[in-house]
Amino acid sequence: MPELKRAAEPFVFFSRLNLPELTGLKAATIPQLLGLIKKVPGAAIYHHTHSFLQQHDAFVSEPLNDFAYWVSSAVGDARLGEKLAAIDTVQFSSIREIRAAIVSVIEGHLKESPLAQFRFSGEGEEFYFVKSVSFIYSLGRQAYTLKEFLDILKQVSVDCIYFHFIEAKLRLEHNHNDFSSWIRLSLGDEETAGLISRLDPYTQSLDGLKNSIVSIVEKKIGCLCRS
Amino acid sequence: MSKLKDYIPVVGQAVVDDLNILAERLRGKRIQHVNSTAVGGGVAEILNRMVPLLKEVGVDTCWDVIKGGEQFFEVTKKFHNALHGRPEEVTAADFEIFRETGRKNAQEMDTGADIVFVHDPQPIMLVEKKSGNKWLWRCHIDVSNPSRRVWDFLMDFIPRYDSAVFSAPSFSRRLPIRQFLISPSIDPLSDKNRELPNETVKQVMDKYGIPRDKPVITQISRFDRLKDPVGVIEAFRLARKHADCRLVLAGGTASDDPEGMSVLSEVREKAQGDPDIHILLMKQNDLEINALQRGSTVIMQKSLKEGFGLTVTEALWKGKPVVASGVGGIPLQIKHRYSGLLCHSIDGAAFALKQLLGNPAYASGLGENGRRHVRNNFLLTTHLRNYLLLFVSLYTSGDVIRI
Repeated sequence: MPELKRAAEPFVFFSRLNLPELTGLKAATIPQLLGLIKKVPGAAIYHHTHSFLQQHDAFVSEPLNDFAYWVSSAVGDARLGEKLAAIDTVQFSSIREIRAAIVSVIEGHLKESPLAQFRFSGEGEEFYFVKSVSFIYSLGRQAYTLKEFLDILKQVSVDCIYFHFIEAKLRLEHNHNDFSSWIRLSLGDEETAGLISRLDPYTQSLDGLKNSIVSIVEKKIGCLCRS
Repeated sequence: MSKLKDYIPVVGQAVVDDLNILAERLRGKRIQHVNSTAVGGGVAEILNRMVPLLKEVGVDTCWDVIKGGEQFFEVTKKFHNALHGRPEEVTAADFEIFRETGRKNAQEMDTGADIVFVHDPQPIMLVEKKSGNKWLWRCHIDVSNPSRRVWDFLMDFIPRYDSAVFSAPSFSRRLPIRQFLISPSIDPLSDKNRELPNETVKQVMDKYGIPRDKPVITQISRFDRLKDPVGVIEAFRLARKHADCRLVLAGGTASDDPEGMSVLSEVREKAQGDPDIHILLMKQNDLEINALQRGSTVIMQKSLKEGFGLTVTEALWKGKPVVASGVGGIPLQIKHRYSGLLCHSIDGAAFALKQLLGNPAYASGLGENGRRHVRNNFLLTTHLRNYLLLFVSLYTSGDVIRI
């Protein structure tokens, strides 16, 4: 095998675990939901747009954010539910942007359909705001080459993949997922970085996402070995 | 008792590695669990499994049980019902009995651990002994619509804890302390949940005289009005008009539940003379419960109120289609039409039963989704991980924590 490029700075693998914290805040109508979306901590917006991805990876056909699921199933506003589910979360690089997009969709809907403000959920079906507390820790492993990176990637849990691909980008406001950033900046491999960046984590399971990244890197290493 | 390594084939090596990393952050801390019963009920069942695993990952852990006489447990049963929103006359004398037992336990029990983890209302008064250490209160019951009087009484104590833990978002209320959402769990390697040979299932069904000549619908629960066993019989009779089937109602009573026998009598009266209804009063026998669940076609949990609903978790883990009320923690486990069917009435439960009995392929798909959902979220290893995170949270602040 030819010698692969060795980065000056290694990729350090982290993982994160999440503990849901209850806020005691709840909404029974769409205006109440909107009011609370504007004022709850960003950790709550993050929770309700991402917990589904972590908890229900078996149900990929369901909407990927809790707001969409609730307005459709508990309030019975399928149109707003569809609009919220269609928000393309992958395009945003901060929780602020996601919150603004959700607010804009709900405000637009209430303007278009004023009667929507009078809809309400059944007793016990209110929307309860929860926030995510993230615990981030080093796995004590690092890679200097693409091969080392691949070997470790295959062994880590989906929580590690989730942290570097989604959480670091959104909660720590890194501009891109950590994998692409390192491959681009430290290995100078724009093509592989781009291929990984194009993956949409919101339309596949975390296992699926991991397999996709592994496959891209394996192919790249295969090409480098043949050349 | 299973070791952590035994869980690796079920949950994967990475999950166990995470547990060891987190436990490392808690070296030197001593954790003390306190509850009201060593056997019977979900809390004792979880602690029996959890405590050895905490010890195995190196977290110094002990478990103590408070003492209480018959009168005390009658009062705590009243509290339990009142917190679930049932009309219950709780008198000044009842509160005094509770306080008296609370004071006595506080005198007798050493609560000097670094973290004292109190489960449910019965031992809640122990927090009066708090002195520089960290205290957690875990509420396992559905307090979404509690009796104001009993809740206000508990609020004399809850704010003194550092954090509270609830099993479902709908149980949360505005509190002056942090409150976390942690689901309970099942142990996939326990006698109640491990894989069983078909022969064992057959032997148990035969032992209890349950022929498998037609579909078997089963509800496993304590004989408790909040589990609505009479409603289950009514739903079964409605469904049976269109799909021939049997009903099994099986369960025991917990040592802190004095009401169980009278509920059992009501259920027997309701089922009298019906050869398709099997009422089983069972002693604690996890293997037999496992076999009854595996031998059933559909599992029901038609509770009027529910803490989390571990019997639902058990059934989903066995890949069984489940019909359950959308109360307490059950909606966290069952997404309607994806991992089971939720119901809100006797008629709704009957309709769901008919749907499942009439569409075995659909029922099987729901069961498969349910099993995967439990594997991701409600196994003992996830629960253990969340407790470790909870303990770490007592010494940190903020929403993003580097540990």
